[in-house]
Amino acid sequence: MNTDMILQGDERAALALRALYHSYGYTQYKMNKFEEYDLYVQNKDFLISDNVITFTDTSGKLLALKPDVTLSIIKNGRRTGGVEKVYYQENVYRVSGRTHAFREIMQVGLECIGEVDAYCLFEVLTLAAASLAAISEHAVLDVSHLGIVSAVLDTLSVTPDTRRALLSCIGEKNLHEMTSIATAAGVDADKIALLGQLISSYGAPGDVLPVLLPLLRGVVADGILTEFSDLLTALAASPAGEIVRVDFSVVGDIGYYNGLVFKGFVAGVPESLLSGGEYNGLMRKMGKSENAIGFAVYLDALERLHETDMSFDVDTVVLYDDGVTPATLAEAVAALRASGKSTLALRTLPEKLRYRTALIFDGKEGTLREANA
Amino acid sequence: MKQMLNIALPKGRLGEKVYAMFEKAGFPCPAIHEDNRKLIFENEELGLRFFWAKPSDVPIYVERGVADIGVAGKDILLEYLPDVYELLDLQLGKCRMAVAAPRDFHDDPRRTLRVATKFSRIAKNYYDAQGRDIDIIHLNGSIEIAPIIGLSDVIVDIVETGTTLRENNLEVFATVVPISARLIANKAGFKFKNATIEEIVRGIAAQVETKA
Repeated sequence: MNTDMILQGDERAALALRALYHSYGYTQYKMNKFEEYDLYVQNKDFLISDNVITFTDTSGKLLALKPDVTLSIIKNGRRTGGVEKVYYQENVYRVSGRTHAFREIMQVGLECIGEVDAYCLFEVLTLAAASLAAISEHAVLDVSHLGIVSAVLDTLSVTPDTRRALLSCIGEKNLHEMTSIATAAGVDADKIALLGQLISSYGAPGDVLPVLLPLLRGVVADGILTEFSDLLTALAASPAGEIVRVDFSVVGDIGYYNGLVFKGFVAGVPESLLSGGEYNGLMRKMGKSENAIGFAVYLDALERLHETDMSFDVDTVVLYDDGVTPATLAEAVAALRASGKSTLALRTLPEKLRYRTALIFDGKEGTLREANA
Repeated sequence: MKQMLNIALPKGRLGEKVYAMFEKAGFPCPAIHEDNRKLIFENEELGLRFFWAKPSDVPIYVERGVADIGVAGKDILLEYLPDVYELLDLQLGKCRMAVAAPRDFHDDPRRTLRVATKFSRIAKNYYDAQGRDIDIIHLNGSIEIAPIIGLSDVIVDIVETGTTLRENNLEVFATVVPISARLIANKAGFKFKNATIEEIVRGIAAQVETKA
């Protein structure tokens, strides 16, 4: 049987991604459906939406349906040095920004926690790119570095409110608003120009970095620039390179994310369906000394991307009447199914059923004939 | 087949002015000048599809990706906060979001301020920043009558020339935010149709700079 007919786009993608992560030695992390509500209250800025579905457990504890997976993995992980590499496939429950209603979202992702080194960063970005490639041949992985964005914002010496507003302009690629806010805050023209350059830069690492890096020297620590440049240059030279773009409009919460942040897009889906980054800040807030990087792929957006041909509900309808014994009918249905045809046995044809062939089962003879013959 | 770039423009005079900018930037669609009631126009040769939409709906079309780019007022963007890129201030349709009230209005900080508006989020953010306790009365039109008939103390609304306010014995007490039309882009569309979108942005930005 052709499983492509049965599996929805999100289910197919989930299988492909799990196989991909498994092939890199990541182990599956399975967790409880519920988590203590306290975990989300303490880290609510990390969540995409503040709203969480809660209920009181039989023991009187306030529990929540998971709105996020990363927090649970950090909290519950039993790490004993080295690096822990895990992947997961979980449903999360949160309010959709567009519909303002709770939705169940299937999420597949991975986390790399512990002594995260340059190879780990490269591997996670490679897997993010490969995840997108497994979903669509037209994909883009936008990569930014919050260390660079933060360093440029630090030079402006503006109030926290202004800084927040400027960060929001970076996220919107909003050059005109940034210029007007920074000018009103008394920021020097050359610093505004550098921030403008950061907002406007978009493209392949080979096109963007040679222009941008010289401008950032002296503003951003050399270590950060070298790490970012080396990583993206290596990625650009790898099979993932074709879809990697530098884009500083990818901004996460600076309190949680600290280094690389990235978002993935595929043609035909209007929003990002992959999101991730280095979240050492979150680890510190949760009292962990290790570093971490990870990403999640939101599969709900794929429902409409891979629409299978569903012009028929069923291949064959077998119509029968009272003179039929269940065993002989079952034999006829089994023979049709064995030939690869989905087969629906009914007494009468429903009005709106879409079928390729309708057959009438003759119970006495044990034979099938075309319904309209 | 050439990949189409979908462009949502606001119906009305503003949309016509914006279309003229697209035309001047080298992205025309001659069919749009035909005198009919069609809402969608294509230039297959250039791979462009323009469509007229209700102005407040443009950000929805763009956020949902059926339009790759579009033009919307800053008031709509601030009120609905669509997840889109804001690429250019077109300096068209300029007006301001303002607090207006009857001429003899005096704000008594001991009382909750009753604010009538179509733009609840903008009003809330404005007064939150001042720590002012307000009661928002969401209306869908004829906001000006609210303080006259005692429904609210003030209104937060768009002010262009101020004529409607004057005729209703209201005056502007504060400007909340200046408003103008903005060129917005869908985040995914920006990635996959980047060269064309960047070319349009350059062509239109040059016209905005010339006017300034």
